[in-house]
Amino acid sequence: MKFLEDFFNKARPNFQKGGKFEKLYPAFEAFETFVFTPPHTTHDGVHVRDSIDLKRTMFTVIVAMIPTLLFGMWNVGYQHYQAYGLEMSHWDYFMFGFWKVLPIIVVSYAAGLGVEFIFSVLRGHSVSEGYLVSGLLIPLTMPVTVPLWMVALGAIFCTLIGKEIFGGTGMNFMNPALLARAFLFFAFPAYMSGEIWTDLSPEGGRALVDGYSGATNLVVFDENFRNLPSPADMFWGFEQGSIGETSVAACLIGALILVVTGVGSWRIMLSCVLGALFMGYLFNVLAPDSMPHHAMHTPGYYHLLMGSFAFGTVYMATDPVSAAHTEKGKWVYGFLIGAFTVILRVFNPAYPEAVMLSILLMNVFAPVIDHLVVEQHIKSRLKKSKLSRA
Amino acid sequence: MGKTINIRRGYDIRLVGEAEKVLQEAPFSDLFAVKPADFPAITPKLLVAPGDEVMAGQALFYDKDRPNLRFPSPVSGEVAEIVRGEKRRILEVRILADREVRYLEFPRADLARLDRASVIQQLLDSGCWQYLRQRPFSIIADPVDVPKAIFISGFDSAPLAPDWGFALAAERENLQAGLQVLRILANGNLHVGLRSDESSGLREVDLGGIVPPENIHRFRGPHPAGNVGVHIHHIDPIQPGEKVWTINAQDAVILGRLFREGRFRADRVLALTGGCVAKPRYVRVWTGQRMSDVVDGQLNADHVRIIQGNVLTGKTSSAADFVSFYTNQITVIPEGDKPEFLGWLLPGFHKLSLSRTYFSWLWPKRRYNLDTNTHGEERAFVMSGEYEKVLPMNILPTYLLRAILARDVERMEQLGIYEVAEEDFALCEFVCTSKVPVQRILAEGLEYMRKEG
Repeated sequence: MKFLEDFFNKARPNFQKGGKFEKLYPAFEAFETFVFTPPHTTHDGVHVRDSIDLKRTMFTVIVAMIPTLLFGMWNVGYQHYQAYGLEMSHWDYFMFGFWKVLPIIVVSYAAGLGVEFIFSVLRGHSVSEGYLVSGLLIPLTMPVTVPLWMVALGAIFCTLIGKEIFGGTGMNFMNPALLARAFLFFAFPAYMSGEIWTDLSPEGGRALVDGYSGATNLVVFDENFRNLPSPADMFWGFEQGSIGETSVAACLIGALILVVTGVGSWRIMLSCVLGALFMGYLFNVLAPDSMPHHAMHTPGYYHLLMGSFAFGTVYMATDPVSAAHTEKGKWVYGFLIGAFTVILRVFNPAYPEAVMLSILLMNVFAPVIDHLVVEQHIKSRLKKSKLSRA
Repeated sequence: MGKTINIRRGYDIRLVGEAEKVLQEAPFSDLFAVKPADFPAITPKLLVAPGDEVMAGQALFYDKDRPNLRFPSPVSGEVAEIVRGEKRRILEVRILADREVRYLEFPRADLARLDRASVIQQLLDSGCWQYLRQRPFSIIADPVDVPKAIFISGFDSAPLAPDWGFALAAERENLQAGLQVLRILANGNLHVGLRSDESSGLREVDLGGIVPPENIHRFRGPHPAGNVGVHIHHIDPIQPGEKVWTINAQDAVILGRLFREGRFRADRVLALTGGCVAKPRYVRVWTGQRMSDVVDGQLNADHVRIIQGNVLTGKTSSAADFVSFYTNQITVIPEGDKPEFLGWLLPGFHKLSLSRTYFSWLWPKRRYNLDTNTHGEERAFVMSGEYEKVLPMNILPTYLLRAILARDVERMEQLGIYEVAEEDFALCEFVCTSKVPVQRILAEGLEYMRKEG
């Protein structure tokens, strides 16, 4: 690695104060620290530091997303060939999906990191690692048929409006990737809902199979929940939907990685599940007997398997910046996300993407939840001090 | 006896280089120095000039704001030089030491009959008062106050910290005399925290029955279980308007000597520790002695950081420096100023982290030779819930730090700033993913409160 070290050492003077590209220093620094962990040492305070940094944290989240990505690629191919009634090998399914998904990922990273670099150069702050995760989250929440210009637009919106106008990673109050998805969903409904979930590029000489339907299970659910795919299919993810969202199993692997490494909050994930189950079963109890097809009759646990509940819970709700920051607040925050998701799904058929909206809503309320927790903490401290004085 | 208090939140950083239980004498230096920067929040005014003869225990300078706080020479000899820094700030008062130390004599007291006023007077006259610290703010105590209580931690739980049970084994009588003095100062309200299993640190027998059994508290758990701030929090938390005093166990021994021997005798036992020390062990040194006497020939590497104190709260030092007044430990670890290729991407079997993002967590018993690398750059605060895992207090650390950054006095009070000192938050700084300088922020907050309040 000596030659790389020499390369950076040689290039560095050009980017430092007085150098030709002084202004581009943040960009240079981002590349350099990407390749080499910087030789910085502690100067005041502690003399040793934990090995973790934001790069490692974000990298861990990406690793946790890989199962959903790989399954998503396979499923894109599977759904495509299914629509044409073709039986192919798993490898064919995967490779079809791979070539469809790869450009979306590349565009997402290119556009988002581009904005990130421009901002860091303009503002002179270092490039933060936050987009490494957002850049993959955006493709995973898109239908595979999404036009690339829309991916680019979403990525730019994500960094610009989701983050940079608040001051960059750590300062935003809503999950940037989710905000970008919501933006695309409301701005371009034609591309983001309806029969767009399967790639239907023609297969020489074949026609779509009879009875093909491009509806996701959330749409089916709104019509009549009894027509939903089997719970097993929904769990493993053999269904239509956004690239990364369909497989609950893949999300569970991701959840395991996040919880074991300590990067994702198990409190939020667990409380989301509890919230959804609570609301789901409450509706089961309250459901009117006279309307046997009403969505309230959906078995409570179905909500954990349908749509993007698992994906949102594991990867979106746990975003530490936009979630509640206090440990008690995380319980409330997660529970409300789960509960709202079910309420929206059951009572508002216009927006099947209930998870996305619930998380964004709770992102907005997270500071309020935290505020209440902190106030309660102060009160309990005060009470304790009065007790000890008495 | 008080009940055992279980500390769950915390972390023991397992480092190589623990001191073997062997005591060595460091050679006696010819050159000594007293550094005003050792003493928190004082403005030094000199009492001596180069060429003056001083005795051990004679004041070299005093605090401008509290002139009865005087700071003594640890040895006798001739004032050689006043080293000054920017704006003529006094950095060091250097003394050429006599071969035989001559002491200023103070009355040897019958400890059973001493009253509080005469104890205070003798501590002030001898310059030993500066060993007493006050919470809130962790500054030198004010002699006019009557503290709610005095707390001593009988064990140090920091990485590679000295074991008081061994280091002070030869000083038991002086320790007990010191405890008696402190009990008088505290009007009987003297509390000691011990490790629950007495596996390290002082034991109840070391205290000689001077501390009433109900004031002996036992703690179990990882660092910072030995921090006196954690003890206070769990035994009798500080309320707004209250003051408690604390003192380090070894400094209590020096108080004991003052009253038993009538002298300010400032030799102390340090643990010489860390991965870069060839033979980590205990060393008896003289306060103010040259560091080179302690570390020369003891190190097994060149490019090292010498720390007076432990890796969490110690101060960067060097062989050219002098042993500080409150130093109980010297840690020498490698400097980490080398870039690492794709350091954030590798599996990291040998990278210590509280998180399990590196695979080192599969070997929980492994000891590490950590260097001073920051392992990443400072970032905006992102990961929540990290600090709470290592702060065993009913305090919301991130919200307190936020209140400090906002200079919100009321909020800082509400969130418990009076209960904490930098050392209590040191582990928070260690674990921080965003590499936030937690102790510096807290120090700023404490200083702000001290000046505003």
